[in-house]
Amino acid sequence: MIRNLGKYMFMLYHIFFKPEKFSVYWRRFLDEVVQLGVKSLFIVSLMSAFMGAVLVIQTATAIESAWIPDYTVGFTIKQSMLLEFCPTIISLILAGKVGSNIASELGTMRVTEQIDALEVMGVNSIGYLVGPKILAALFIFPIVIMYSMFFGFFGGGLVCYFTEIIPVKQYILGIRYFSEDNFVFIRYALTKTIVFAFIITSISSYYGYYLKGGALEVGKASTNAVVYSSIFILFANYILTQLMLI
Amino acid sequence: MIQVKNISKSFSGVEILNDISFVFEKGKTNLIIGKSGSGKSVLTKCIVGLLEPDIGGVFYDDIKFSSLKSHDKKKVRKQIGMLFQGSALFDSLSVEENVAFPLRMFTKMTEDEIFERVNFCLKRVNILNKNSLYPSEISGGMQKRVAIARAISMKPKYLFCDEPNSGLDPVTAIVIDELIQELTKEYEMTTIVITHDMNSVLEIGENILFIDGGVKKWEGSKDEILDVKVKELYDFVYVSKFLQKMKK
Repeated sequence: MIRNLGKYMFMLYHIFFKPEKFSVYWRRFLDEVVQLGVKSLFIVSLMSAFMGAVLVIQTATAIESAWIPDYTVGFTIKQSMLLEFCPTIISLILAGKVGSNIASELGTMRVTEQIDALEVMGVNSIGYLVGPKILAALFIFPIVIMYSMFFGFFGGGLVCYFTEIIPVKQYILGIRYFSEDNFVFIRYALTKTIVFAFIITSISSYYGYYLKGGALEVGKASTNAVVYSSIFILFANYILTQLMLI
Repeated sequence: MIQVKNISKSFSGVEILNDISFVFEKGKTNLIIGKSGSGKSVLTKCIVGLLEPDIGGVFYDDIKFSSLKSHDKKKVRKQIGMLFQGSALFDSLSVEENVAFPLRMFTKMTEDEIFERVNFCLKRVNILNKNSLYPSEISGGMQKRVAIARAISMKPKYLFCDEPNSGLDPVTAIVIDELIQELTKEYEMTTIVITHDMNSVLEIGENILFIDGGVKKWEGSKDEILDVKVKELYDFVYVSKFLQKMKK
């Protein structure tokens, strides 16, 4: 446990070494933005739209009462999506998609001696391989999550439009209700996202970079990356919620 | 010239290398030979600095590499080219980008100059019109040659080849061996080849170190190896019935 923590800290320390050539690292950063963020947009938008749609139906059914105004559904969706569904659930999905991708990529590079090749050349392999991944995730994940929020509301809106479960106008009114608190909620959501982005990329990189063995271990590293990233996301979610919302 | 002095290395109490000393000469193909598990790769990793020897030192010309700080080691490493057993080409980069990688990372060459140097290196290893292909799209022999092109792109003073012809057919293996020897002479490099292939030994072994069980058992050249009296090396050289018949 302490040994693993030490190696993890050692890895993080090496990320901050001066790059051999900034332009090469910049290109790596842009590649990672595409790989980790842009290529996740389809699954994120699909998940978010369906999450929003299902939430609208569930909420509208659960609070069906003459005493509760229809816009409450929109308001509840906003709160759920902003506070929990988009930052946490989408981050857990990204931990599965991006985390396993990072661990298997770095693990394969380790097994096929590509990391050794970088070291022999005199390249800081951690800085070159892991650094751009972490920075790219810190940059792109908040954008992905805002995109997810939009598609979540949009999915809910579509359900209202096609099923008339509540009027669309009421739904939008609910989303805009108490909008003075929105800034606090979005700040909270994005803070969580940045922490989760760091957890996903650093833990997955750790399992891939320090892999020992062959193809079988690449699979194990990939699984470990997803499992531990998810556990630490849930743990960090609780801590941050207690710190920021209470 | 690379010199190793009294190198020992253990893992979890198991001794892998024991008191090995040897001089790898400049402008020659120096071979490290031995059975699988004899410690060849560990010795090479100690020489290039991927592992730290427990005892002893590695000298690049007059510089004691093994006691340099990480920053200074990087300066020496920029003069090293290495061909790995599995080629170790970067999967995500094309043939051209692989060869250009060290040039982009460590030099201030313009893109035109890099392109020119990359094409020169690829032509030198006889790879033509494959620039845009990815490593997975070319054969094992071509991958080795691209890896050699990458290794020589920075005009290194030292070239390491870890089992350069493993997994290759005999004809391609000889082509790779000859290429390594030609490049060694052409660039006056100190080349170290790790192998257990007797064809390579007899083809390019100008200065040979034989290790067995982590201990240096013999040193000499390809001309001396066929008349060797050391039992472990004799068993290694004359393992095939064909060579045994030839000897008789």
